[in-house]
This record gives sequence, structure tokens and C-alpha cells, in this order.
Amino acid sequence: MSDHAHHHGSYLTLKGGFWTTVKDWATTVDHKKIGMMYLFAILFMFFIGGMAAMAVRFELFEPVRTHVDAAGTMHITGQAFAPADAGTDIKPGNNIYNRLFTLHGAIMVFMVIVPSIPASLGNFLLPLMLGAKDVAFPRLNLLSWYIYVTGSLFAITAIWLGGVDTGWTFYTPYSTTTDADYWRVALMVLGAFILGFSSILTGLNFVVTVHKLRAPGMGWFDMPLFVWSVYAAGIIQVLATPVIGITLLLLTFERVFRVGIFDPALGGDPVLFQHFFWFYSHPVVYVMILPGMGIISDVLAVQCHKKIFGYRAIAFASLGIAGVSFIVWGHHMFTSMSELADMVFSSLTFLVAIPTAVKVFNWIATLYKSSIALNAPMVYVLIFLFLFSIGGLTGLPLGTLSTDLHLHDTYFVVAHFHYVMMGGTIMGLMAGLHHWWPKFFGRMYNEKWAIIGAITVFIGFNLTFFTQFFLGSRGMPRRYASYIDEFQIWHQISTIGAFVIFLGFLIHLFVFIASLAYGRKAPANPWGGLTLEWVADSPPEEHNFAHEPLVTHGPYDFENTVPPHWDPADYPIPEENRTASRH
Amino acid sequence: MTTIDTRELGNRPHWQRYMPGHHWRSAAEEFDACKFGFWLFLSTEVLLFGGIFCAYFIFRTLYPAAYHEGSSALDWRWGGLNTIVLLVSSYTMAASIYCVQTAQFSRAKVNLIITLICGLAFLFIKLTFEYTPKWSGYFFVLDPALSHHAGTIVQGKTALWGMFQFVEGYGGKRPGSLFDYPFAEAAQMPMWWSVYYCGTAIHALHVVIGMVLIARVLWRTHRGYYGPTHYTMVEVTGLYWHLVDLIWIFLFPLLYLIH
Repeated sequence: MSDHAHHHGSYLTLKGGFWTTVKDWATTVDHKKIGMMYLFAILFMFFIGGMAAMAVRFELFEPVRTHVDAAGTMHITGQAFAPADAGTDIKPGNNIYNRLFTLHGAIMVFMVIVPSIPASLGNFLLPLMLGAKDVAFPRLNLLSWYIYVTGSLFAITAIWLGGVDTGWTFYTPYSTTTDADYWRVALMVLGAFILGFSSILTGLNFVVTVHKLRAPGMGWFDMPLFVWSVYAAGIIQVLATPVIGITLLLLTFERVFRVGIFDPALGGDPVLFQHFFWFYSHPVVYVMILPGMGIISDVLAVQCHKKIFGYRAIAFASLGIAGVSFIVWGHHMFTSMSELADMVFSSLTFLVAIPTAVKVFNWIATLYKSSIALNAPMVYVLIFLFLFSIGGLTGLPLGTLSTDLHLHDTYFVVAHFHYVMMGGTIMGLMAGLHHWWPKFFGRMYNEKWAIIGAITVFIGFNLTFFTQFFLGSRGMPRRYASYIDEFQIWHQISTIGAFVIFLGFLIHLFVFIASLAYGRKAPANPWGGLTLEWVADSPPEEHNFAHEPLVTHGPYDFENTVPPHWDPADYPIPEENRTASRH
Repeated sequence: MTTIDTRELGNRPHWQRYMPGHHWRSAAEEFDACKFGFWLFLSTEVLLFGGIFCAYFIFRTLYPAAYHEGSSALDWRWGGLNTIVLLVSSYTMAASIYCVQTAQFSRAKVNLIITLICGLAFLFIKLTFEYTPKWSGYFFVLDPALSHHAGTIVQGKTALWGMFQFVEGYGGKRPGSLFDYPFAEAAQMPMWWSVYYCGTAIHALHVVIGMVLIARVLWRTHRGYYGPTHYTMVEVTGLYWHLVDLIWIFLFPLLYLIH
């Protein structure tokens, strides 16, 4: 750590007593503090959404059955969450199940995965990587955090008042008719609407920052690939989110004032809702995955200490994915469109595979003959490559009309999107979290236990979701609490896997807490990275850099650049590997 | 070495003392970024209204008769008047930006006040002559004979110094399940009213937001915050107001002038 840090103090330095500190953080416009506030808010929502997922898996351990015994009395077995006064009625228990999976889906999509990487890691790292002092609009950045919290509070209130049973997609007419007291659904929908504003403002801020605040000497192709991916995601956030905004607003009008737009009972068109919904929600899955891919590009290059293969191809693939993302939404509605439209959307869907495969092949080419530091971030990168490839490839049979006819709305779909969303985005987030943890908090974490946690999550993940491919291809539909006996073994393996994932994240939680409490002080550049965030101190000082940095080399020019503030003793690769595999 | 007289600096208007945010290299860069960011924001507004226009075209294709009937129940004169009102306000808004840029602050304020009055007039016309009568089932008309719907003229009840006469006897044209329109000649008439009310209400909400922004700019212009070297908020407020105007330019013919 360089000396001047002691004079200025890091962004984490307390400004006074408890209330002064609270006020300092609550009114801060520092992108680093806002990023960390996002990180903790998102991890909290991840915990709530995760608990809902555990409850769903717990319910599915046994199928719901009604039996009539010899005396003619009816019994229900296998209902984990039925209310005490339900008697022999299975509906109240099923109602709770519907609310649990809606809660899980809505929280994980709108409050966790969409903002996860851009709003937390992106906020912290984007200005640092560009060599800027802050994002373009710091106050707007803080506002978007408060909007995020407000939207989340709306959703939590809706859950607290009894939950919503529409599924996270809010399809009409479920969302316009279920629950006679409509406030819960309206609150939940309004919550998602408000969260959209937060997303738009974050995306807008990042796009302007990338255009206007790059350090002197940094051209577009000198930017780290994480910046490219957050930039592409930002464009999607700006251009897709308003459409879900108007959709949810109209849905709220419809719910509260009974205006007919989407509800067929009022003359509306439910398929129009689906088109509007997926016109946003399909591009937004790339808001979820693109920043994860960006993390993989950066972490992989630094931990392999090798120039990334095909820099421009990866950068353009990010933009390509962003472009294609807007023309494939129809594949969510193959059963409600004409045959011609189905064929067009199916063909367009396959286009997504091209830029995605470009990235995966480039990552693998980068791994080839490099000196891989097998630490926790790198383990997560490898986990990402493995899981995301499975997730990506199982998307192809879902985009193919003939196979989708069999697989749609089954557990195959559930497994596919968990492999890309959790196996992709969340694993990317974990890779990034470990990679930049020393930068965020100035402390190293326990490498051994972090790797044990990562492997536990990996095993649990595959137990949970690989089984669901079998369930889905054998015909198990989504969103049911009951199933035929033949499926029980798969469901039980899946549920056990969910508990293993939980154990893995628990290990990570302890590793992080232990790091904050007892961790070794982190050097400014523990991994030998070349991008500008490693020029700053760990943790960075309040205005990021003591002097405005000047960019004189590419982000991954490991062959001919000495990493800044780099002490080879910190670099976790043995000396012989380091020299042998430089080329 | 030049010394700066801090007393003199303190007496200068705010815009002369303006310093860009600490993370900008110059005020010009900050201005460029703000303008670029605002254009991005305007693109989100266009996409937001895009949803309404998309619903409009789909339902119009599906139910042309309902749209024909629904549109004929609107009086194009009120819509036309509101179009003129907004066009005038757009001119005065643009003029106020020019005046701030050239340090003609009194003129800038007059233009901003006219813009605000136009916004108020738009909302007044919308509420008094369009929403309320449709909702409650009465009507104000310039010349009852011009109206193609029969109704009873209530003698002595007029609006705007007797220019408009009060006609009773229409069913209210309400949206959704509140829809209660006894003269519906086409099924799916409620769909027309849904789009009409949602589209114009969300537009009216934007008019209100625009007026709040303009009022803020007016107050801050009065306090000397903006001038030839610093007028970012005046400029972006103007951009916003022009967009609000532009959306009405599309809504007006689509709602009032179709056959």
C-alpha cells in the first residue's frame, strides 16, 4: 500500500461517531460507498429469495397426496406448509406453495440478479477501471439506490401482507383477477415498476460515464472487458426497461381502476401483455448475464496472467448480444403466436448462440498454455465455464420448435435458466466478489475455505439442477407442489442439493466475516492485474486516485508490462510456472 | 500575480461562480455529459409511450369500428386548441433558453411564465372540457347544433363568459368496468376509452412534471443561477418540454382525427 493512503484515508475511514457515520453513508455520493450499499442490500434480498427457494424445495421433497383410509377418512400427506385449520382441503397449502415460488422468482429476478453485478461491482469498479473520480451523475446514483430500496420495500410489504401467487411473470389474467383484495398484487407490480427506474438510472449513468469519463489515453479498445459488458448491459437497461415500465403501469391501472387493456374479461388482450412483458424481460436476461461474462473475462485474464484471446471479438460480442437480445422475445410465446412468427423467432433465437460461443471459445483459448492461479476467483471462473456452457447448450432445444413443444413449461426450462442465471450470473458474481474483495475492503480472505465453499456450491448446484433436466424431459411441469411417484427420487436429490448449496454459501459467509475481522491486510495489487483499479489503494482513497492516471498500455498486456504496485511475493503462482508460461 | 477579490466574487451572480462537479475536467465536459444523459433519458420516455402507441395500433387493427365510434365522440376543436397551446409553449420555452444564453433575464422569465400559463391552460382545457364531461355525462359545446349527439341544453349554465353552453344527457364515457356508455354502437368500445384515458392521463402527468421543472428553472433564473456560461438545467428542461409537446403532436391526430 502506498504512503499517501495514510494521509487521505480510504473511503471506509469513519468520519466520526455512529450517527455521523450513518449520515455520511446515507447521503454519500461516492460511487464506492453506493456500490457497497447496493452489495449489502442485494445480498440481503438474495438471502430472502434463497430462503423462499429452500422452502419450495422443502415442499417438493414429498409429493402432495390425498388418501382415503379404510375407515373412509381423508388424509393429506406431503404438504409442508398447509395452515393448521386447512383440514382435508389441499387448496390452502397449494396457495402457500404458489406464493413461495412467486416470491422466489420475483425477488431473485427484479431485486437480485438484474441489479446484482452492475449496481454493486459495476458501481464500485467502473469509475476505477476508467481512471475516473466518480460516475457521471453521482447524485443520480444515490437516488437510484434509494429507488431500489423503495421498490424492494413495496415488494416486501406485498409479501408481508400475504404474498402474491401470480408467478414472477405477472401474466394476465392471473395478475388482474387473483386475490379479491387487490392491493398485494398492485403493490408487487408497482414495486417492480419502481425498481425499473432504479435500473434505468444506473444504466444511463454507466453509459454516459463510459462515453465521457475515460482517463486520458484510454481509447474504446483500451477499456477492460468488464467495462464493455457493463456498457452493453447499460444500453439494454435504458432501452428495454421503459417498456416493462409502461406494461406494469397499465397493469396497475387495470388492477385498480378495472381499465381493460390486458384482461380478456374487460375486452383486453393477454397475449399483448406477454409480448410487452418479454420485450423487456428477454433483453433483461442479458442485463443479468453480460456483466457476469465481463467479470469472467477480467478475472480469467488476470488470474491466468495472460493477454486475453480475441479482445475485440469479446467486446463486439457483448454489443452483438445486446443487439440480438431485442429481437428474440417471441420464443417465450411459441404457443400463442402464428406458425410463421414462431419460425422467425426460433431462427432469430439461434443467433444468440453465435456471440455467446465467441466468448466461451475465447475464454478457453485464453486458458490454453497460461499459468493458471487456482484460487477462489479462478475456481469460480471454471465453475462458470462449466455451468454456463450446459445452460447455454440446453437453451438450443428450447429454441427449437419441435423439441420445445415437448419441453416448454417443464422443469427442463427451470433447469436451463438456473444453469445460466445462477450457474452464470451468480457464479460470475462470486468470482468477482472474491477477485475484488481485497480492493473493496482492504483485506485478504482465507483461500482454502473459500475454495471449499466454491466446490460445495458447485456440487450442490449440480445435484439441485441437473436432476431437473431429467424431471423436465420426463414431463414434470413447472409450478406444481405435487407429482407422480416416479419423480420422487429426482426431487429428493434436488432438494438435498439445495441444502448443499445453502451450506456452501454459509461457508462463504463465514469466510467473508472472518476476512473483515481477522483478514491479512491486502496489498494494492494482490493478483498482479494491469487495469487501473489496481493502481488505486486497497481500499481506494476517497477520490480514487492521488493523481489522474495516464493510460499507456492495454488492459491485458501482461507480456510487456510490469503490473503496478506489484510485489511478486504476493502473486500466488510458483516462480517456475510464472516464468515458463509467459507466452 | 493576480489577486482575487473574494468580496467581489461573492457579489457576482451564481452562474458566474459556478464550478463543475469535482470529477469533471471542465464545465463544458459536464454540460456535454448532462445533455447526452438527458437524451438517453428522453429515449426511455419515447419507449414508455411506445407501449401506449403499440397498444393503440393493435386494438385499432383489431377493433376499427370501436375506434371510429370512440374518436367521433371526441371534439377535435378542444384537441386542436390544446395542440396550439402546447406549440406556443414550446416556442416560449425555446425563447427562454435563448434569453438565458444571451443574459436577457427579464425576457427569459416572461417566456417561462408564458410557458407555465400554457401548461396550466392545457390541463384546464383537458380537465374541464374533456375529462369531467365525459366522466359525468355532460358536455360543454361552442355551438350545440354542431354536436352530432343530441342533448338537452341547460339554459343559463355556461362556461368561459358564456361562450360555451352546457348540454346534458350524455352517458358518461368511463374506462374499464366503470364504462357506462349507453350509445355504444360497437362492441369493444371500452378498449378505445382505456387507451384514450391511459394515454392522455400519462401524458398529462408528464405535463405536470414538466411544469414543476419549469417552475424550478423560473425560480432559479430569478435567483441568478443560470446565465450564458451555465444553463444546463434550462436546456434539459426545454428538451423535456419539447418531448411532452411532441408526444401530444402524435396523440392528437391518432385520437381526434381518425375516421
